[in-house]
Amino acid sequence: MSHDMEKATAADKEHPPGPVQVIADPIQDPGIEPHEYRITDIDTKAADRVERQVSAMFTLAGLLALGSCVAYFAIPRNSVLEFGPLSGNANNMVIGLCLGLALFLIGAAAIQWAKKLMVDEEIVEYRHAAHSSPEQIADITDAFNQGVAESGFSRRKLIRRGMLTGLGLLGLPAIVLLRDLGPLPGRSLYNTIWAKGIRVVNDVTDRPIKPSDLIVGQLVNAAPANLAPMQDENPTEYQNAKAKAAVIVVRIKPSEIRTRPGRENWGIDGILCYSKICTHVGCPISLYEQTTHHVLCPCHQSTFDLSDGAKVVFGPAARPLPQLPLAVDSEGYLVAQSGFTEPVGPSFFERG
Amino acid sequence: MSEKRHSLSPARFLSARRRHRSAGLVVLLFGLLAVGSAYAAFAPDNAAADNSAQSQQIEEGKKLFAVGCASCHGLNAEGGGNGEGKMAGPSLIGVGAAAVDFQVGTGRMPAMQPGAQIPRKTPAYTQAEIEALAAYVASLAPGPAVPAQDSYDISKATDEQVTRGGELFRTNCTACHNFAGRGGALPNGKYAPSLMNVDPKHIYEAMLTGPQQMPVFSDQVMQSEDKRDIIAYLHALQTQTDPGGFGLGRLGPVSEGLWGWLGGIGLLVCVAVWIGAKGVKAKGAKAE
Repeated sequence: MSHDMEKATAADKEHPPGPVQVIADPIQDPGIEPHEYRITDIDTKAADRVERQVSAMFTLAGLLALGSCVAYFAIPRNSVLEFGPLSGNANNMVIGLCLGLALFLIGAAAIQWAKKLMVDEEIVEYRHAAHSSPEQIADITDAFNQGVAESGFSRRKLIRRGMLTGLGLLGLPAIVLLRDLGPLPGRSLYNTIWAKGIRVVNDVTDRPIKPSDLIVGQLVNAAPANLAPMQDENPTEYQNAKAKAAVIVVRIKPSEIRTRPGRENWGIDGILCYSKICTHVGCPISLYEQTTHHVLCPCHQSTFDLSDGAKVVFGPAARPLPQLPLAVDSEGYLVAQSGFTEPVGPSFFERG
Repeated sequence: MSEKRHSLSPARFLSARRRHRSAGLVVLLFGLLAVGSAYAAFAPDNAAADNSAQSQQIEEGKKLFAVGCASCHGLNAEGGGNGEGKMAGPSLIGVGAAAVDFQVGTGRMPAMQPGAQIPRKTPAYTQAEIEALAAYVASLAPGPAVPAQDSYDISKATDEQVTRGGELFRTNCTACHNFAGRGGALPNGKYAPSLMNVDPKHIYEAMLTGPQQMPVFSDQVMQSEDKRDIIAYLHALQTQTDPGGFGLGRLGPVSEGLWGWLGGIGLLVCVAVWIGAKGVKAKGAKAE
């Protein structure tokens, strides 16, 4: 390697590069400092002492490894170690401490060994020149051209075309397999399982809700009544449907609500129902502050004002949460007047 | 004869006239009188005692309220100021005894100073005083009462109930209070407090009344058993041991990563410095 280096500098001297004046050596090379011996190099007693240290660390590591095996069998699984305010599973902790310490001691012993006892010789290793020498480049070019000529690649056109066709078409399966990303969602992004007359029920308990059950300041995490039966019939579809149809129902003082034109009869005495799916990237949101009527998305801090048509008051969301028009059925329970009038969740390509 | 007649015992006298025309009427009058006197003797006395004890408690509560609460909430709990100033407390009419028991019982009220959020602290009132305040505020307008003890008694909670409580908790509570119930930040300096080491009654009352910015989960929608299961789940979370030894706030990869970074990387840096450091040299010496 130093051989290459010398060659390169020789070439530079023959053809001094460019008009720029090169200062030969702007910083004086200090060279290698004189070698100094370690105490262990000159004192056999010190060297023996280090040898004993290293050996002791290796042995202790082995004992700790055995200790972790003993702890595995000896310490009951559910016993608890307590150090003041800290506590932990004794079995787990002792095994971990033994193994961790054993690994650490093996490493420490190796370092001590290398630093104190192994040969201590300082060497200078020069860097390669980054490019190959012109001779090497010429050799490789010749070899390549000879290969092209001998294979007859340029002369035998039929083989060349066949090969290119075969290799080219090999890329096609990779593109065709992308079809499995589909099928395209079609209209499914525009609809949820909400429809006219579907009852609004509590998520988890599936109990229907009466307007009189809700008091001002109330929050209900709710779902459509036709969701629960899907759970056993088609679990995958159930998850999809739930991810789109989840809603939150709130009750706000009617005097504090700014009703959007055309939505005058969508709420009942201040009871409003909005999609629970953030319009930014679709996180379910129910972080609701009853004092400000704001719903905050934990993912990117989009904030919606439910008393003002769920308009975005902060964050990256591009559109308000869709509102579900509410009505009351003959038995007095909350139902949907219709499905959502706009797609729920994040924007998508076809929607713009 | 007249002597004899006069010497008739009262029983005989009555017995002799039991078939008299107006005997029935007399018996009826006597009966009414007896019942009336008995009622007068017992019932009104009890009612009066009850009423006076209750009104005495309300009266006591009113006095406490005037001293400790009225400066912000108004002399008649009608709310202070116009609602715009930060100093003004909200109207307490219709908030019910449960809200008072929660706010005063957890030390949030009386507030030390206005701010984004009133923190939990050591209660300033005794239980009897809290009950008096609650009775006074409850007397202003109907509102949720302090829940009965068996509605938040989790001593008999089964594993199924704890699991169900977990589902309800993850659906309704985790958005603010964190999946491990350790609380979390809210906008503008507000926060959802940690739910660890909170009296089950106060958790129940918080759901029932929606203190500060927390929404309300009324008993009609989130029924008493739902609330009890949530409390049982929180209790199970609280009593769980941390297998690694450190809970690290149970905030998941964030806190674990931070400690891994500070502790683990710090240790590695120390070791790297040790590997690179030059050992002690014997100056001017030569190897044997």
